[in-house]
Amino acid sequence: MNAAILANQVPDPLQKEFILTVERLTVSFDGFKAVNDLSLYVDEHEIRVIIGPNGAGKTTVLDLICGRTKATEGTIKFRDKELTTMREHEIVHAGVGRKFQNPSIYEELTVFENLELSFPRGRSVFGALAFRRDAEVRDKIEEIASLVFLKDSLQTEAAILSHGQKQWLEIGMLLIQSPELLMLDEPVAGMSVAERLKTAELLNNIIHNQSVIVIEHDMKFVEDIAHRVTVMHQGKILSEGSMDHVKHDPKVVEVYLGH
Amino acid sequence: MTKRFGPFAGREWIALLILGLLLFVVFPTTLDVFRLNLVGKYLTYAFVAMGLVLCWGYGGILSLGQGVFFGLGGYCMAMFLKLEASTPEATKIQSTPGIPDFMDWNQVTALPWWWEPFHSLPLTLILVIAVPVFFAFVIGLAMFKRRVGGVYFAIITQAIAAILTILIIGQQGYTGGVNGITDLRTLLGWDIRTDDAKFVLYFVNGGLLIACLLIGQGIRISKFGRLMIAIRDKEDRVRFSGYDVANFKIFIFCMAAAFSAIGGAMFALQVGFMSPSFVGIVPSIEMVIFCAVGGRLSLFGAIYGALLVNAAKTTFSESFPELWLFAMGGLFIAVVMAFPNGLAGVLHKHIEPRIYRLFGGLRGSGTTGAVSSPHAAE
Repeated sequence: MNAAILANQVPDPLQKEFILTVERLTVSFDGFKAVNDLSLYVDEHEIRVIIGPNGAGKTTVLDLICGRTKATEGTIKFRDKELTTMREHEIVHAGVGRKFQNPSIYEELTVFENLELSFPRGRSVFGALAFRRDAEVRDKIEEIASLVFLKDSLQTEAAILSHGQKQWLEIGMLLIQSPELLMLDEPVAGMSVAERLKTAELLNNIIHNQSVIVIEHDMKFVEDIAHRVTVMHQGKILSEGSMDHVKHDPKVVEVYLGH
Repeated sequence: MTKRFGPFAGREWIALLILGLLLFVVFPTTLDVFRLNLVGKYLTYAFVAMGLVLCWGYGGILSLGQGVFFGLGGYCMAMFLKLEASTPEATKIQSTPGIPDFMDWNQVTALPWWWEPFHSLPLTLILVIAVPVFFAFVIGLAMFKRRVGGVYFAIITQAIAAILTILIIGQQGYTGGVNGITDLRTLLGWDIRTDDAKFVLYFVNGGLLIACLLIGQGIRISKFGRLMIAIRDKEDRVRFSGYDVANFKIFIFCMAAAFSAIGGAMFALQVGFMSPSFVGIVPSIEMVIFCAVGGRLSLFGAIYGALLVNAAKTTFSESFPELWLFAMGGLFIAVVMAFPNGLAGVLHKHIEPRIYRLFGGLRGSGTTGAVSSPHAAE
């Protein structure tokens, strides 16, 4: 299996600079600790999958990293930048991209326009007013569109795309920003088997340039893409390692896979 | 996608042509100066309605306090005109000559310092825009940076409109109170009360309206315009695509304020007075209705909406003064329920296709009949 080979190539994490270092991260909502003293280290060019039962705090971790939720305690370091004190758009500028659980695209605009708005230029008020659709923009949009299988739908209104295509479009909207860390919340939810395979292929293709954190429930898909898997339970990390490792971890079997 | 030639699509060029003919040929040649001046007054509200198209229709920011900016612009203009009318010679019977009459009546004996800049016309013209825009900027900064939006924002703007009205009425000695600033006479010695002046002012007003329309269209077709739609649709996605969403909202809100202020200033010039009755909650909501009736996604629609509703208001309130407010409320509910995109939506969805069918291949020529419906109602 493709993923198994890749998993063997991951070097010893202790000898490397991490792209993302999360330490002692805690967030408390009225006393309820959705994420509790969590530490997580993601390598350059790694695909990390976070799994866990509902309510384990997986999405909250992504919310914390991208600045949507403010941490109660702990640090999140992206290379040498501390993300917990930065505002959302600054985190994006630093190179972190986030895909939401439900496809979050601009339904009233075309695929082209969706990608264009995500193109990292003219992000200030006056920059947006002065923005011109030049060859560089068009080329990049076409390049990304063919990467996410939407080359023939550029002038289609996003609302009428299929669910799977919407998911791809949102992934494309992130890719066009060339983030160094890509966070995907259930990217294959609602996709057909064929679409899942294509998405796995897409993720494995883009990995040369970025690190990816994926939240996913679909075990087949996880096996296809994961370099390493982190299992969360009740706001904490239950187990971490290769898919094989966590699959046979008795704690994981009990809380998650056993169900 | 519709093809665009320059700033407008084909059918929009036709709409612009019709609007130009209507404003600069049909109205001036068919209406007497009194009626033309009335149309000019209605058109001052069209500035506000176009501002609302940008900020409400495109940005999803419903402001129920646009009267504030209309009023501030209008008051700035009126203050200049009032000072010019209050020369020491003209006011020599007052106990303090040289200050506006209402100040004298209220035992104010010297011109307040913040009236001083309005001795100068260039300064006044700057302040007409700058004061409301600054005000909008402060409101926008306070609200949008804290992510106040939707209904809360609407209620707060409404409260601001109420507060400003109370402030103006309460500070009678400095603002003219509930009567407003009246008896405006000349602009740099040019009597604005004559028929000739009203005729000229009507054209100045129309020219400014078209200028604002072009600015609005420029914003609409830029990436900024598409971003506003995106923010209305999925604000979080825009934020997590690296945009500081609040800045965009502040800008469009300031833009709407600037449009309203120009309308207010032209109102003071054409009507010859300014009063708190154009600032408060009721006029502010009326302005939203103009925009909604015309179509909140159409700059052209906003102009026709302002013209039509105001024409209806004049006609109706002459014959049934006590029923007008109910009719207005009913109209708003009807538009929101049945035609969420107003006249422009009806035109686009129901009338245009029929005309296209009627004329077969002759695309675009059909818009004439449809857009002339507001004209027929005049």
